[in-house]
Amino acid sequence: MRSTPIRVLVAKPGLDGHDRGAKVVAAALRDRGMEVVYTGLHQTPAQIAEAALQEDVDVVGLSIHSGAHMHLFPEIRRLLEANGMGEVLLVGGGIIPEEDAAALEAQGFGKLFGPGSRTDEIADYIEAEFTRRAARG
Amino acid sequence: MISAFRAGDRRALSRLLSFAERREAQFPSIYDELAGARGQARRIGITGPPGAGKSTLVNALITALRKASERVAVLAVDPSSPFTGGALLGDRVRMQDHVLDTGVFVRSMATRGSMGGLCAASLEAADLLDAFGFPHVLVETVGVGQIEHDVVEATDLVVVVLSPMAGDGIQALKAGLMELADIFVINKADLPGASRVAVDLRDMLALRPFRHGEDIPIVACTATTGEGVDDVVAAVGACFERLRSEGRLAERRHARHLAQVRRLVEAALRQRIFGQDGDFAAELDEADLQRPYAAHAALLARIDAFAAVRARGKLSESLAEARPEHGSPAEGSEEHR
Repeated sequence: MRSTPIRVLVAKPGLDGHDRGAKVVAAALRDRGMEVVYTGLHQTPAQIAEAALQEDVDVVGLSIHSGAHMHLFPEIRRLLEANGMGEVLLVGGGIIPEEDAAALEAQGFGKLFGPGSRTDEIADYIEAEFTRRAARG
Repeated sequence: MISAFRAGDRRALSRLLSFAERREAQFPSIYDELAGARGQARRIGITGPPGAGKSTLVNALITALRKASERVAVLAVDPSSPFTGGALLGDRVRMQDHVLDTGVFVRSMATRGSMGGLCAASLEAADLLDAFGFPHVLVETVGVGQIEHDVVEATDLVVVVLSPMAGDGIQALKAGLMELADIFVINKADLPGASRVAVDLRDMLALRPFRHGEDIPIVACTATTGEGVDDVVAAVGACFERLRSEGRLAERRHARHLAQVRRLVEAALRQRIFGQDGDFAAELDEADLQRPYAAHAALLARIDAFAAVRARGKLSESLAEARPEHGSPAEGSEEHR
């Protein structure tokens, strides 16, 4: 178990205005002892990557309901890597078809949580991921 | 990482801020090496009750300073949960206009148990932002009540942000915030009641002349529209000039640096005495606990015996002889702010 809280950036890229889910997830992660930097709506990939850099987060969580996920995830990862932050765990949720989720996970992204996911699952997944990373050293 | 920091690498700055926050073992020596470059920035504390508009004012101040091509760093602190340790750091939401501006750097931190309105690492974090070369460092506290005054020690100058319609807010201000403000900003000046707050505030200041009756400016603004924000910037600038010309800026910084060393020593002593090396629980029996003052005197006598007179004189001499172990001062200091 790490001695300091996991830091998570929760961001909503794109133009849709549905931030309820992002807020629910942010609150749930907070209640699991994580430090959640919430950035609000309408973020561009560049803004998200820059905020992640300034905040030195361990996780970036994206809430996407616009259908642009197949573009946004790789783009944000590319920008994170350009900032020397390739290690950041990139997770997401929203309206993402199962086959797209599977495709993104196959590309090495973190887990994607579709409609009906429980907030517990998300927090558990992030915690387990960092426990695994810590064990790996 | 030090050379990357000196070369202006924002990633290095960000990682060092995390080092400060996590009290990494290598942080003290890195910090000491970089701290020499601090002292160039105007360090401005922004405090006030929850919802007064601190973050929005910070955003408006960034806009105003950027218009003048001044680079700005922000350290924004939000509370950690005392129950889970988690935190929702939401100050960035109000500062999104400036994310892609390389002249601006915003870092959010959680209090992690500190009760003074900031976090344990806030002073070191502000020092790093200063040493990185930002000429303005804004330090935004959590929404405060009456007693959180760490911001005074961490900054050169304190702006207290108030807003109208906060009930009889002036009553709540009497003891705490009233005394630490160098400037009062009445935000949301477009709302009814703003002029009333200003009048009440002036009355209060006239009745209770803290700080030798010095004239504390009261500035009204509407941070959401930017109305009056230039006046805030001007008041801050004038206050800096006054503090500088009266020699009080240097005094404040000196006091800050002294307090920093004192705090490190206190934390290390605490660790040494109460930490695993020297926990005295085993030495106290039930009878001793019924006479706490006698027990404490006896324990202190033992500690004094151990501490018996070391070499005195300027520290720089003993620093030259023996480098102190860098790891220890940071440990256990978290609880101590």
